[in-house]
Amino acid sequence: MLADDPTLTPIAGCTDVLVGLHFGTLDKRRFIDLWPLDDLRGIRLVQDKPKGLSPHARTGGDKPSGLSIRIGALATFTDIIKSALVQRRVPMLVAAAREVGGAQIQNRGTLGGNIANASPAGDTLPVLSAANARIVLRSASGERVVPFNDFYTGYRTSVRQPSELIAAIEIPPIDGRQWWRKVGTRRAQAISKVMMAGVRGPEVRVAIGSVAPTVLHASAAAAVLSRGGSIADAQAALRSEIAPIDDIRSTGDYRRQVAENLLAVFWKETR
Amino acid sequence: MGRAVGANVRRKDGDAKVTGAAKYIDDISFPGMIFGATIRSTIPHGEIAARHVKLPGGFVVADYHDIPGKNYVALIDPDQPCLAEHIVRHVAEPILLVGHADRPRLIGLEQQVSFEYLERAPIYDPEASDTCFKRISIDKGDLDRGFAEADVVFEGEYRTGHQEQLYIETNGVIAVPGDEQMTVYGSLQCPYYVHKALVVLLGLPPGRVRVVQTETGGGFGGKEEYPSMLACHAAILARKAGRPVKMIYDRVEDLLATTKRHPSIIRHRTGVTRGGRITAMDVEVVMDGGAYATLSAVVLSRGVIHASGPYRCDHIRIRGRAMLTHTPPNGAFRGFGAPQTQFGIEAHMDRLADEIGIDPVKLRELNALKPGDTTATGQTLGKDASALPVLREAVRRSGFREKRRKWRGTTRGIGLSLFFHGSGFTGGGEVKLASKASLELTARGARILVASTEIGQGTRTMHAQIVADALGVPFDDIDVHEVDTDFVPDSGPTVASRTCTIVGKLLERCARDMRKRLGRLSPADYFKKHGSFTVTSQYEPPPNLLWDDEGYKGDAYGSYAWGCNVVELEVDPATFEVRPINVTAVAEIGKAIHPMMAEGQIEGGTAQGLGYALIEEVVMRDGRMANAQLTNYIIPTPLDAAPMKVVMLERPYAYGPFGAKGVGEMPIDGPAPAVINALRHCGYDVRSIPATPERLMNAPRQKAEGKRQKAG
Repeated sequence: MLADDPTLTPIAGCTDVLVGLHFGTLDKRRFIDLWPLDDLRGIRLVQDKPKGLSPHARTGGDKPSGLSIRIGALATFTDIIKSALVQRRVPMLVAAAREVGGAQIQNRGTLGGNIANASPAGDTLPVLSAANARIVLRSASGERVVPFNDFYTGYRTSVRQPSELIAAIEIPPIDGRQWWRKVGTRRAQAISKVMMAGVRGPEVRVAIGSVAPTVLHASAAAAVLSRGGSIADAQAALRSEIAPIDDIRSTGDYRRQVAENLLAVFWKETR
Repeated sequence: MGRAVGANVRRKDGDAKVTGAAKYIDDISFPGMIFGATIRSTIPHGEIAARHVKLPGGFVVADYHDIPGKNYVALIDPDQPCLAEHIVRHVAEPILLVGHADRPRLIGLEQQVSFEYLERAPIYDPEASDTCFKRISIDKGDLDRGFAEADVVFEGEYRTGHQEQLYIETNGVIAVPGDEQMTVYGSLQCPYYVHKALVVLLGLPPGRVRVVQTETGGGFGGKEEYPSMLACHAAILARKAGRPVKMIYDRVEDLLATTKRHPSIIRHRTGVTRGGRITAMDVEVVMDGGAYATLSAVVLSRGVIHASGPYRCDHIRIRGRAMLTHTPPNGAFRGFGAPQTQFGIEAHMDRLADEIGIDPVKLRELNALKPGDTTATGQTLGKDASALPVLREAVRRSGFREKRRKWRGTTRGIGLSLFFHGSGFTGGGEVKLASKASLELTARGARILVASTEIGQGTRTMHAQIVADALGVPFDDIDVHEVDTDFVPDSGPTVASRTCTIVGKLLERCARDMRKRLGRLSPADYFKKHGSFTVTSQYEPPPNLLWDDEGYKGDAYGSYAWGCNVVELEVDPATFEVRPINVTAVAEIGKAIHPMMAEGQIEGGTAQGLGYALIEEVVMRDGRMANAQLTNYIIPTPLDAAPMKVVMLERPYAYGPFGAKGVGEMPIDGPAPAVINALRHCGYDVRSIPATPERLMNAPRQKAEGKRQKAG
């Protein structure tokens, strides 16, 4: 159906779609409801067999276990929060899911929807980036796997074809301490002004939300930290790779300064 | 006696609200009813050059030509059109009304209805405006002499932003037309204001206009004046359509178009001796009124009267002005000018304390108004002047001094504010209102007839408690008539912290008169024997309450409530986020008629004040609220509002019911300056609110010890 009719928009929890419709900011009028597709819902371990992946995405996956978590695209934030598997392996994703909206939104909103909506302020996106997650895209003609960090091509655009659905998210084993912080406009039910996810292991990974048109994998700053550079040098590297803007929620100056400060906090708290 | 007053009796409106049985305006429907929408200006200032309306059949369209009476919203000044004729003065100014039986058809009419404008230059800075709605001067003593007595003269400028009332239920009404008459139902604070506006707009005799309040989901001042505009719109459409018309704003329209708290600029120049005695206060107050006068004159009035704070000073000059800007009119909001000016004085007091190297509590103790002292307007305070008791109680309960010492130089801060709030209308306002309240004998007790609205604050319950005890009958035997101008007398608007202390007092008098007439009989027995009768009482000022409106001198209010807030908070040095940890709110309110509800008022007002202080920001771009949705106009969640310790002190007011003063507004006067003073204790020198993380990041930092300047 999606291949035949490009005007169809897949919907699931609708936590973004309904807001857009209400404000008249969404021009889409035809939808296809994925909510009943229970096959896209589970959270389980799968043998880690990355195929056709860039080396970039493979690096995190050489842990002895060789098992990835596969989270169905329709898994809600509540599913993620409650999942012992995610709690154990990707606690930073649980932390991010806990900060999405309120309980009602967490019960309806899905991980796949968070990715597809493609807001630079999407709460789980920095985590998926820092986790080197992979996105499983499925269409009538088959399945392909795309590294999360190659998924977005610009502001609210991605490599997903109109005929494809996000079927699942795979997160390879993460080697290192995980860290997550959301800076919102208030302490709950807030849209973020800056978010940072970090992994401190043999390879340091840092991803930031709300500072660029898409979630940003801060590879330069992370590289400085990976090779044992100073936090000041890492902050300088970060400054060169983010381009935050002023909007009604905050200012570019604030986002830049806080992103740098958070980098130092991440480094201090994961020592 | 005294069985209901002072007890936490069951709320009169509680069951219906909890079970969902209560009917709000959007729950109500009439046969043949259609829906109305408002087409508004999209520019801040200009002439309407052309109107393009291309609507198919089925739509009812109305503009200013359809107004049978006068085209203004009758309130104070007749300057605000109900529907713009040729000039628009702010974004979201109503120009055209459209009705249709099918509600969704009213969405997205921009294609079919549009205007061409000849734009004029807008003014957004109230200090650059050449149109002044109101100027007020207060002069006491001799300012020059006051400054001559000072060892130190200290200045400061403080700024406050807009704030949205954010009642849960947005504005909404239904107008039902009749033969040469009109009935309007709605979510209202002040039904008689709406009544007055409709009479002027429709050109009907007062008896042909009826206004009924439906269950109302909050007001906070936000439904003091705007419902008059909305009711007029619905009435115009209903008259044209010949059918009932429902108009309900969605949140975006409510945020874009309706009133907010006046932004302000407050400047202080203060003379003080080395010992800390304030000798002179020179205060300038500028309020941004928005595009029309609405209530700016009275907001400014309350603002300037409270501008010198609860302090004794012989030489005071206060100059206030409310200016026009090309933004939607600002209006009533809990506190009504006093939160702005008391933010100014209280932030200034802590800076002044630093300047002369004195403890902020000590500075306040030295200068706080005591019984027998006179206020800025020369009002001599009675025995219930409680600035010192509330200050001492708050300092003691919060462990202020120890935390102040211990936290210096850390990321934690503690700050306080001392404030007061006059109950009832300012000056001669209550005499002019001449409010009435009635009590009708029923088969089991009595029925209250007042125009005071229940908007969540507990009016019905609190009034019934007063009447029950004054009449000597059980609380449950008192009923409250729905607020319907065909039945209830005009007991004045439900504003100004007057519903308990003024209207409650009228009801107490009614009940005592009724008691006398009943003799030894119970209401039930009397009713059986003689049938029903109604007692009415009208406002009379307490003896010796004098006010000179020309000179702005005299007894500004019958009574004042007094408050002290201590805010403890923590600043995250990485993100500049502020987390309030604890708030101690001490309030002297005369008598808590219903302690749990009074405490609720204090907690709620305090939380709203924390929002005002820290996160609530109306982002104006080109005269338009850019963040007109709840995603981006942020108010505190329970996680953002700190645990609160509420302490109520009671020093009875001789002319209040059972000693009660006003309580509704005062709690929002104190939190913002206490927050700013706590931030100052952490080393952040912020002088404007909201103190968002972005502002804090850019705020000048002070040494951990605070700026301790010598005084000689």
